[in-house]
Amino acid sequence: MSLSSLLDKKHSIAPPGYSRWLIPPAALCVHLCIGQAYAFSVFNLPMTKLLGVTQSTPDDWKLTDLGWIFSLGIFFLGVSAALLGRWVEEGGPRKAMFTAALCWAGGFVISAFGCYIHNLWVIYFGYGILGGFGLGIGYISPVSTLIKWFPDRPGMATGMAIMGFGGGAFIAAPLSVWLMSKFATQTHVGVAETFLAMGAIYFCFMMVGAAIVRIPAPGWKPEGYTPPVEARKLITTQNVFVYDALKTPQFWLIWWVLCLNVTAGIGVLGQASAMSQEMFPDRVTPVMAASFVGLMSLFNMGGRFFWASMSDFLGRKNTYFIFFALGTVLYALIPNTGAAGNIPLFVICYAVIFSMYGGGFATVPAYLRDMFGTRYVGAIHGLLLTAWSMAGIFGPVLVNYIREYNVTHGVAKAQAYNVTMYVMAVLLVCGFICNLCLKAVHERHHMKLEEAEDFI
Amino acid sequence: MNNAASGNGLKLVLAWGFVGIPLAWGVIQTLINALKLFQ
Repeated sequence: MSLSSLLDKKHSIAPPGYSRWLIPPAALCVHLCIGQAYAFSVFNLPMTKLLGVTQSTPDDWKLTDLGWIFSLGIFFLGVSAALLGRWVEEGGPRKAMFTAALCWAGGFVISAFGCYIHNLWVIYFGYGILGGFGLGIGYISPVSTLIKWFPDRPGMATGMAIMGFGGGAFIAAPLSVWLMSKFATQTHVGVAETFLAMGAIYFCFMMVGAAIVRIPAPGWKPEGYTPPVEARKLITTQNVFVYDALKTPQFWLIWWVLCLNVTAGIGVLGQASAMSQEMFPDRVTPVMAASFVGLMSLFNMGGRFFWASMSDFLGRKNTYFIFFALGTVLYALIPNTGAAGNIPLFVICYAVIFSMYGGGFATVPAYLRDMFGTRYVGAIHGLLLTAWSMAGIFGPVLVNYIREYNVTHGVAKAQAYNVTMYVMAVLLVCGFICNLCLKAVHERHHMKLEEAEDFI
Repeated sequence: MNNAASGNGLKLVLAWGFVGIPLAWGVIQTLINALKLFQ
């Protein structure tokens, strides 16, 4: 049997009795690896000393130049997810996971070569572009498969996978530091070797995911589960073709729902350390701020599983109502916690905010399933991830510029974030309105039954 | 049927261990660092 036929959909059908609980670990194998992207910053400082080893020389790379590696990766995550979503959907999860593993591991190998010859453009191409394609393909590869295996708990299933993307950094950060310490010598920082080792580890890990992933046989349903015959108010039993989804107001409303939720979260995510120190001067040290950021990352990861699972019971629309309503209150409350010097309340507010930031990512695939059906949900999710790319630009820019404007106009640093918080609260009110406007997709957008049937 | 069930059980333990152990290790490392820094 050739490799391409081994990877196709026909050969990925689960045999009778195959446990559906093997699919979340298969998805996690991919998401835990690509989640490394969040920990790429651990390489930044060592990469500024590739030539000088103990300190940077004039020919060494600057931090500002290195920042583009991560930005390119996230940009190409959005691009590849949007462009290749349909291919991922129609080719099946195994082919997509295999391709993602090749791109992701290949990105590390090329980046190792870039370090070796000290050419940053090679790293931009390796990690930024090729790795970015691995990120995008890997991110959406298990989504529709999980939803098909868990029609009774789609939120929980996709939440588990997307939690892995948040958790990948927890493994990658200490692993990278440990590997660099092993490969470093007095004349060498060990980044290239670490990239090679991580590429090999990630390739093997992702291939395990590709090996155990299966799609359910046509007509399969979980034991004891009766699919609803009639569509509920906001959960369709029909399917919408990927590019027809773009013609519906629902797609763009959910696009804004995700974009606004992520803009608010990502804006303060990057500034959490500085913000905590500046809002509580002389009380929060840089060391405490670092631990605060670590804790927030845990809430970001936990929120992905918690909120996505809760959405199966609360409904997707209600879950987002909670994100926006509670988020508005919490963002508006943060300046008061600073004024009152109440650090525990500040930490609690942030913990809930970050849990809802992660929850927004993890709940959206199930929201799309409810609106557009399962047939092209992975591809539609890929298109929706452009909202993430957009938010990744808007959020930090908003926070940085508002803070800068306040500081240059004489506002004390401790109060410089107040306006930002109120702006974020307003963004969440806009998100609340978008969510409120969501209604079921009009039936003229539904696929005909014979078109919608899964081809294997 | 029992063989199939126990086979699935072993696969489940292996698969979840494969992803769960590294994730738990990473989370514990992060928690230890966070708690140490708050002391």
